[in-house]
Amino acid sequence: MLEIEIDGKKVKVPDGGTVMDAANKAGTYIPHFCYHKKLSIAASCRMCLVEVEKVPKPLPACATPVTNGMKVFTHSEKSVKAQKGVMEFLLINHPLDCPICDQGGECQLQDLAVGYGGSASRYAEEKRVVVNKNLGPLISTDMTRCIHCTRCVRFGQEIAGIMELGVANRGERSEIMTFVDRTVDSELSGNAIDLCPVGALTSKPFRFSARTWEMSRRRSISPHDSLGSNLVVQIKHDRVKRVLPLENESLNECWLSDKDRFSYEALNSEDRLTRPMVKQGGQWIETDWQTALEYAAKALKGVIGEHGAAAIGALVSPHTTLEEQYLSQVLIRGLGSDNVDFRLRQSDFSADETRVGIPSLGMPVAEINELDRVLVIGSFLRKDHPLLAQRLRQAAKRGCQINLIGHSADDQLMKLQANLAVAPSLLVGELAALAVAIAEQKNLAVDASIAALASEVSAEIKAVATSLISGESRAVFIGNAVVQHPAFASVWFIAQTIADLTEARLGFFGEAAGSVGGYAAKAIPQTGLNAAAMLQSSLKAYLLVGVEPALDFADSVAAKAALEKAETVVALTAFRSAVDAVADVMLPIAPFAETSGTFVNCEGSAQSFHAVVKPQGETRPAWKVLRVLGNILELDGFAFESSEAVRDEALSGGLASALSNRIGSVTLAKGRTNNGVERIADVPIYFADPLVRRASSLQKTRDARAPGMRVNASMIQRLGLEAGGRARVSANGVMAELNVELDAGVPDNCVRIAAGHPQTQALGPMFGNLAVERI
Amino acid sequence: MLSTESFKKIDQELEKYPVDQKQSAVMAALRIAQQEKDWLSDETIEAVANYLGMPPIAVFEVASFYNMYDLQAPGRYKLTVCTNLPCALSGGAVAGKYLKQKLGIEYNQTTADGQFTLKEGECMGACGDAPVMLVNNHRMCCKMTEAQIDQLLVELGK
Amino acid sequence: MSDKAYLLTGLNGDKTWGLADYIKRGGYEALKKILREQITPDAIIAELKKSALRGRGGAGFPTGLKWSFMPRQFPGAKYVCCNSDEGEPGTFKDRDLLRFNPHIVIEGMIIAGYAMGCERGYNYIHGEIFEIYERFEAALAEAREAGLLGKNILGSNFSFELFAHHGYGAYICGEETALLESIEGKKGQPRFKPPFPASYGLYGKPTTINNTETFASVPYIILNGGEAFLNLGKPNNGGTKLFSVSGHVERPGNYEVPLGTPFPELLEMAGGVRGGRKLKAVIPGGSSAPVLPASIIMDSTLDYDCIAKAGSMLGSGAVIVMDESTCMVKALERLSFFYHEESCGQCTPCREGTGWLYRVIHRIEHGQGRQEDIDLLDSVSENIMGRTICALGDAAAMPVKSFIKHFRDEFQYHIDNKRCLVPLELQREGSKIYVG
Repeated sequence: MLEIEIDGKKVKVPDGGTVMDAANKAGTYIPHFCYHKKLSIAASCRMCLVEVEKVPKPLPACATPVTNGMKVFTHSEKSVKAQKGVMEFLLINHPLDCPICDQGGECQLQDLAVGYGGSASRYAEEKRVVVNKNLGPLISTDMTRCIHCTRCVRFGQEIAGIMELGVANRGERSEIMTFVDRTVDSELSGNAIDLCPVGALTSKPFRFSARTWEMSRRRSISPHDSLGSNLVVQIKHDRVKRVLPLENESLNECWLSDKDRFSYEALNSEDRLTRPMVKQGGQWIETDWQTALEYAAKALKGVIGEHGAAAIGALVSPHTTLEEQYLSQVLIRGLGSDNVDFRLRQSDFSADETRVGIPSLGMPVAEINELDRVLVIGSFLRKDHPLLAQRLRQAAKRGCQINLIGHSADDQLMKLQANLAVAPSLLVGELAALAVAIAEQKNLAVDASIAALASEVSAEIKAVATSLISGESRAVFIGNAVVQHPAFASVWFIAQTIADLTEARLGFFGEAAGSVGGYAAKAIPQTGLNAAAMLQSSLKAYLLVGVEPALDFADSVAAKAALEKAETVVALTAFRSAVDAVADVMLPIAPFAETSGTFVNCEGSAQSFHAVVKPQGETRPAWKVLRVLGNILELDGFAFESSEAVRDEALSGGLASALSNRIGSVTLAKGRTNNGVERIADVPIYFADPLVRRASSLQKTRDARAPGMRVNASMIQRLGLEAGGRARVSANGVMAELNVELDAGVPDNCVRIAAGHPQTQALGPMFGNLAVERI
Repeated sequence: MLSTESFKKIDQELEKYPVDQKQSAVMAALRIAQQEKDWLSDETIEAVANYLGMPPIAVFEVASFYNMYDLQAPGRYKLTVCTNLPCALSGGAVAGKYLKQKLGIEYNQTTADGQFTLKEGECMGACGDAPVMLVNNHRMCCKMTEAQIDQLLVELGK
Repeated sequence: MSDKAYLLTGLNGDKTWGLADYIKRGGYEALKKILREQITPDAIIAELKKSALRGRGGAGFPTGLKWSFMPRQFPGAKYVCCNSDEGEPGTFKDRDLLRFNPHIVIEGMIIAGYAMGCERGYNYIHGEIFEIYERFEAALAEAREAGLLGKNILGSNFSFELFAHHGYGAYICGEETALLESIEGKKGQPRFKPPFPASYGLYGKPTTINNTETFASVPYIILNGGEAFLNLGKPNNGGTKLFSVSGHVERPGNYEVPLGTPFPELLEMAGGVRGGRKLKAVIPGGSSAPVLPASIIMDSTLDYDCIAKAGSMLGSGAVIVMDESTCMVKALERLSFFYHEESCGQCTPCREGTGWLYRVIHRIEHGQGRQEDIDLLDSVSENIMGRTICALGDAAAMPVKSFIKHFRDEFQYHIDNKRCLVPLELQREGSKIYVG
């Protein structure tokens, strides 16, 4: 530890700490622009110049290492003179257009100019004008305001892992831009808006819609991926105007994925269902709540009376809250059925027989950064988990060896030790081979049933094994594609074996904000039917909670068929188009911003939040709708006064003790030998849930392009296709026409066709064989 | 795309640097590309970026920072005259003026026939030989009297 | 040329740059001596310290001391870099060294590699002298062919690789950390120090950067001893030095004279002030050094200490001579344009301030100066100086401050009368094309 004196106040900082660190510790504010705690040090804005004893020139606090006994004067005449000098330089070419600038009121330059700027300018020359750039649908630019702090550039290089923005030219003509007017496509791009200390980069969806001081700020939790990013939701006139990160160092740090940040636009979408509706004679008719609820209750009761309680089931979105999941299962069980599930994209449920507890990350999120060796199985990492990927990127920079084995070798924008793509039917065999290779290298025994399944150990697999047996802190993570895989239980068991052999922790990334909560809420069958079985068995009545059947299931065709055949479909939904094709009654429920509730994130933290705005129109929080429905159905256990009461009951058994990633023995399935063309289905980031599908700006991004069919070069040849041409793809007699895209990361014998999109929905199962022909 | 010949030259440059530091060859690669194509179009910059495994914007940063790279097509001959103080004291600026007059163009302009582009340069490190000018970046002409400028223009005009 | 000269002696223009001729001049003897006598790195550095060799690039830092900063026991790569990015207006000595005597630089760098335990070196050569870069490449090829570079040099167990890297038009790359960034394939933007290159240099490894002429001085020291070198010059200012004399003299060019030579002697070697006109001012160390009026410079000797005492810097030894035909406002305008043009744009005071300075001076020169402008220039210069990452900020500010300090009247005259104090006729005479 080193001792330093800041304005007479003694502080101790660790070796290697800077004057800025010491000042932060002492609670002394030193003005700055380019410095940011999460980014590398540029020391270029010069705003943080401070006087240091015995040094003739003022030094930048952000870059000056503390030496023992150093004395710093942050407000001395010399310091202030330097800071004011820098401020004058920053302002001479700044347009000072604060009245029309979206940053006004939350601008670092504006704030500091009050303290350090002059009242008049000595600069009598013409000011610089910089042409604006089109960075895409999310970031708006006013480049004349840029003060060249390069935070946005460093963010891309260091946090997002991709340099999309750079500083072109030099000297006074330096300007931030992308290469030939390309858009910024990173899934983390919106953070550059937060980082920009001036109004050069602002939010395009938010542009000119409110002033910062007109909005109230409320906390919330992101309903999208499993991280549970903490949000500050900004509201004006009871409408969500903007979403910003709420700093939480243990989860999202100071970042948000673009999905978390911009999905709020869907809250105000035209597609919102704002009044209950019932279908009569094939026509949708608006009605009042009482009528709609009674209609629903009557329909459900009618089915039970005629076909028995086992003929009804509830399908609950994994993006619903713990409370919604809990009340859904209480309702369905209260009616005498055990058919309830939230795992809509899962196809193999055999793990339920031997799994020990609730699968979760198996460690605190923040510990990801500390890992030395990682194996990630079956994850479209960056797009499935933008901020978990960001943490792994930081770990990789520290020297963590990250090994990916999945279905596509996408560029994860980080240094990878291995990035192996295997066909879904080969996954079990390859992982078994990895287990064998590890056992061999460590001189340990491996389960004979695993050895029997193992493919031949390739050099690549051997290298992964070598990587995983070294290092201090290791983890094996199971991605969404494994959970969706037809041999999920087998992969889990082998992953556990690999983790055991390498003394690594085992964890699940988790598909959605409610993936852990669903288990905790017991929104899974005990004796009844799981999600897939409910569809296969063609129940007579379905209760849909937050589900968009055409796009949310492992097999969209089966879902459609089952729901069409059912006598009654009662849908609780925020969006009309999500269910209007299959439902008989639609009950408008509040999306995350309009309801209170809880999301249990991947590490098992239950994060509760309040509604930040009033529900739109006649919309009601789903937990209340379920409660009233329970009351109308005269069921017990629906006397809740608040969502907190629901949560407390749902979690009464304790959450932490229920978490476990262990699985008992599993009858290993090698997966069918497969000579045909296999489908690989990712769920694109902006098609993953009903809310994000309706977020208009996100839908204009590159990641929201309509999916094509991605294949590698040898498959293009084998199938007689042409990159950029069209292909006809068929499965189970249904056809889709798609563009052929060359993608070297797709393994042989496979075509990658995204799920979750209307264009590919007709193809049905996410896994399995397809016929492909050139058009 | 660049010619095989150019890529071969870039490969030779790559040998100068540690294997994990391919980016070090970017300045030479851009120079080689410019020698082949006369200037650096966006396509050329991207070709260099792809070859060296760099983000295109990082290559563009370099191409736009160093002023001997031409991001716009110059005339067949780019003449860069040093007019910095030491040269100006020995006629550097006058030589530039003479060239403007002879070619009928101002600095940063190209003659109508596309033969000559005239640029005002910064210190070339040859002040003792003033007036100094560069022809197409690489050929330095020293002690350029009016007669020698005439002669140079005749030679290049051929 | 002084009889003590060793950098540029025994040369016959463009004909004797090659290896054979260098060897005839006693070239590579220093290297051979080291390898033959197994002189230790410590002994070499001690000899350098004794020689009082100071960096020839401009800062004048003691070379032996700099070499001793390199971590000796550091595992892994270490680098030695030569700064031949000569672009400081007035400086053109390294070009002649590389053009006429490239092997002396190569030999100096090999010895540096040996003394500091580096296995690899780079010579960064100014882009505008591309033909010289090509010549240096040719000299490197000769040296490799002769076993002077590469694995097991001259059969010893010492290995050293040396490569040439060219700039392409950015003055700032003469700043040593910008130079490193440039070798790394980035924009030449200086790094904040600390960390210094000796601990975090090229590719993050310990690195020493010296000027071309500094390396070229090393073989002499090894062969003749530090003391002999020191005695060429004067105490604390060892050796001879190349002075690039440009501007209003009869014979512009490089002159190798011992440090401590009186300025009038150098002026005379260069043929005196052109056309018999009167000396007005001299910038003694490259354009960034403060200008000195004739009265002061004529009383000075050419060494680091004396020039510093006179209020300027010996810098790179670039002597820009200005006679009475020079309009000082116009001269400063051109220099300020240069710094404005060459600012890398990274840090605020330089990016914004150099343009401001240039525009105000431009205005004064063009008859639009305001009364407050002189003070404004001084104040803006003050706000740049000492506030930037690298020395370019100071380099841009010092000429402004010194021109105003010594020639304020001329600036005032411009503002008051909206024209030059120096008659245009005389100015035209002084800026005519002149080939010495």
